[in-house]
Amino acid sequence: SKISVVHCFYFRGGAELLFDGVKKHQVTLPCQPEPWDIRNLLKWIKQNLLKERPELFIQGESVRPGILVLINDADWELMGELDYKLQDQDNVLFISTLHGG
Amino acid sequence: GSGAGVPGDRPGVPGDRPCPRSHPRTCMKCGQGTAALVIRVGDPFCRGCFREYFVHKFRAMLGKNRVIFPGEKVLLAVSGGPASSAMIRQVQEGLSREAAKRLRFVPSLVYIEEGAVCGQSPEQREQTLAQMETLLQATGFPYHLVHLEEVLGTRVLQPVQHGRPFLQGGCGQLHPAAAAGWGRWHLCAWSQRPGQDSRTPGTPRLPDPAQTQELLRAFEAAGTATAREELLQMLRTHLIVQTARNRGYTKVMTGESLTRVAIKLLTNLSLGRGAFLAVDTGFRDQRHGDVMVVRPMRDYTAKEIAFYNHFFGVPTVIVPPLFTKRREKLSIHQLIERFLLGLQEEFPATISTVYRTGEKLSPEPAKASSESQRCLLCLCGLDIEGDTSPSHCGTAGAGATPQGYPSGW
Repeated sequence: SKISVVHCFYFRGGAELLFDGVKKHQVTLPCQPEPWDIRNLLKWIKQNLLKERPELFIQGESVRPGILVLINDADWELMGELDYKLQDQDNVLFISTLHGG
Repeated sequence: GSGAGVPGDRPGVPGDRPCPRSHPRTCMKCGQGTAALVIRVGDPFCRGCFREYFVHKFRAMLGKNRVIFPGEKVLLAVSGGPASSAMIRQVQEGLSREAAKRLRFVPSLVYIEEGAVCGQSPEQREQTLAQMETLLQATGFPYHLVHLEEVLGTRVLQPVQHGRPFLQGGCGQLHPAAAAGWGRWHLCAWSQRPGQDSRTPGTPRLPDPAQTQELLRAFEAAGTATAREELLQMLRTHLIVQTARNRGYTKVMTGESLTRVAIKLLTNLSLGRGAFLAVDTGFRDQRHGDVMVVRPMRDYTAKEIAFYNHFFGVPTVIVPPLFTKRREKLSIHQLIERFLLGLQEEFPATISTVYRTGEKLSPEPAKASSESQRCLLCLCGLDIEGDTSPSHCGTAGAGATPQGYPSGW
């Protein structure tokens, strides 16, 4: 089985307002047989970090349209999006470009 | 790989997603740098090329339109949000260029503090204000702080004693949701009157709580989230333009992004503001006469702006959106944003297509209407040629012209 590793998640552009205003979350993800990908990570965030109104952050199995995702400072569109396999020390940044609601 | 940069070498097909660590995608521009983001539909850019592209676009936008003159005083409207913050950075970039490429206007900043209507407590407002002052001071540009409450002092917003709806249908055939509740308030046109000075920097103090209450009552009276959104946008614009006018600025720059412009185009269509699409979203907005509003950020997507700010450390200040009432329907603005961004997810050319459609609009039709028939709120000419019946034009027909109202209105 895989060793659990530490990841940093950042929330910006107003997305932090959904996480008690906390911009940086240092997290040790629990061990699981399959490697963590972004799809699983979003589920985990929804269950463990999201304080209120998950629909403002998650839509279906992905992030809500208008929320950008950067993996290690690069556009997740370059990295396989939901299928990207998280690696040791990866950091993931979520930036909201939404106005309101 | 070493053959990067050859056109056929570009991986861009959906499903073709190489592992970034073993085969990082290369920049389509220089063919060398590791791609950091995808812009437009599927074009990977490295950081360096993206920066060049971004900075060039601002200059190109101003160069193409040629409305700002050397030495002209220009007021940049900043909210602390990503687009206007990126705009400040572009002006700084432009002013620090070598002589041949340097921007030659004289910038100042204005910040409209709206905490009262965004559900912020006085403490939160003070805090936001302090963050904003830090941001503004760091630019080295002169700046003006204006509280939204100051619309009260300038008689833009006046309560109506008699219950006739004054603004009903004010903007041509305004959507009922947008006009809801405004009947209780006059919004006095102020384009000709000299207003009060805005606050001078250095003393971040909030307005009198009684004024805040009065402002809140005005917003509460707007019966829908849509009406409040429109009210806020128009009052904000009035304050910005008034600050420009009082301080001798002839141009105002606002930071609407391409994404914001696309959302506004569809929102305005839904609100019955179709006749004013060009003036509400175009590069130049000349409805205010002596002060021209320009929108130099309208070529950048919200994504480009967010990445630029992140990569190049542009500071922003986050302010919560306009307050909502419990169990209230979302505003048309929010619903259109949601709709358009959702569509964009499935059809990635949607937003740019809406934007480009907007490019084909001309401001002429609205300008052609009679000068004496302007909406008091948005200052657009009414598109109701020859018809002054109350049902179409509350401004002319309601007989509720406030005292001291400039003749000809």
